[in-house]
Amino acid sequence: MNPEIFFELAVDGEAPWWRMLADGLQFTLGVAGWAWLIAMGLGSVVGTVRTLPQRWLVLCGDAWVELFRNIPLIVQFFVWYFVLPGLFLPVKVWVTALDPTQHQFITAILCLGLFTSARIAEQVKAGLLALPKEQHLAALALGLTTWQSYRYVRLPMAFRLIIAPLTSDTMSLIKNTSVAYSIGLTELFFRTREMGELTFRYFEAFAAATVVYILISLLANRAMAFVEARVRVPGYIGTSR
Amino acid sequence: MSELDFDVVWRTWPYVLGGLQYTVQLTVVATLGGLVLGTLLAMVRLSSNPLWSAIAAGYVNFMRAVPLLLVIFWFYFLMPVILQWATGAERPPAIGAQNSAYITFVLFEAAFFCEIMRAGIQSIARGQPQAAMALGMTYSQTMRFVVLPQALRNMLPVLLTQTIILFQDVSLVSLLNVTDFVGAAGKIAQRDSRVVEMYLFVALIYFLMCTGLSRTVRVLQARLAIPR
Repeated sequence: MNPEIFFELAVDGEAPWWRMLADGLQFTLGVAGWAWLIAMGLGSVVGTVRTLPQRWLVLCGDAWVELFRNIPLIVQFFVWYFVLPGLFLPVKVWVTALDPTQHQFITAILCLGLFTSARIAEQVKAGLLALPKEQHLAALALGLTTWQSYRYVRLPMAFRLIIAPLTSDTMSLIKNTSVAYSIGLTELFFRTREMGELTFRYFEAFAAATVVYILISLLANRAMAFVEARVRVPGYIGTSR
Repeated sequence: MSELDFDVVWRTWPYVLGGLQYTVQLTVVATLGGLVLGTLLAMVRLSSNPLWSAIAAGYVNFMRAVPLLLVIFWFYFLMPVILQWATGAERPPAIGAQNSAYITFVLFEAAFFCEIMRAGIQSIARGQPQAAMALGMTYSQTMRFVVLPQALRNMLPVLLTQTIILFQDVSLVSLLNVTDFVGAAGKIAQRDSRVVEMYLFVALIYFLMCTGLSRTVRVLQARLAIPR
């Protein structure tokens, strides 16, 4: 173990290795952040739709979740990156006009966003189904529409119930960004491998990446715990702890 | 839409099937090995010795905090070094990515199965084993006739779902150039320039297999549920 390697210049001679890893980390966090927004937005919609009385809407929501849960993440990456441009000419035209890094970055965000949205949808649905049915009926009796009942009564309660599973999905999302290595995005794992390969200092490179991934996971975990404590409804959920 | 030629799938089917066979083999070995090791870990974690319990918890938390891809590469690099140290050989043995993956996934899955086991055992109300002991049952009788039959019924659907997740996760070994299902299809895709066809085919087969398996788990779950 020799930490000096991180201050040696990388092979292209432009920056030290710690800088290369930090650049990779930027991509990792960028992909995780954007994908999280997509996943939360789409997942909330799909999860809510699956609790509505309209049968066809439920079926569409179920199909969405099944599709993204039953194909391995790396295969989904290949489908987004290779198959879609190969299958549809307009996509190919658009993609070839992009800078390769941009193409990889956008692909990673879309792929992870939709992949994670299926997991979020499961949690949102479970949260909504865990609420007493009377709450919804009471809202309707007060003259709220179904939309208003969801917006002001059910969803605010459901989200508070599912913060713990959402935390674990968020941490999975951060870990899953490493699979973007498979399409060549220069995120943290890509840089780690590159450093190992070019300097033969695998141990130092991988140890550094491991520590960074654990730190990000811990931070995400703490952030979600903070949110959970802030939005807690007094006398309802989680106050017994 | 450019011209697609799915003929490549039929031409190369035996080779890709060999990859799928490795994927299934790795899944089965990792599940069985992970179950055994995971059960041991759960027992250590639930034991009254605080030191051992903390070590087991640390192992489990570490495995769950680090990306699987990183774990796979860690083991790939470290395995020869560890084996050399353990056997006292002169040079690190060349075990290859294909074999090191077995050990990697057993050790990785053990952490996840440990948590499922622990939750299953803890899901049984404490009053039950106490009541069993009050009736004069020994510890092993309490476990065998009261706790484990219920714990296993509670755990089984989660264990099977975890196995389906494992079946999908195994595909990451293709990044170590191992010829699993994805790896085999990828090699054909590159060789014959049939990337679209091969990856669509792989996605379809995974989708059909995993959908079928998760349906089965759901049926099983309904049947096994403990009537309350």
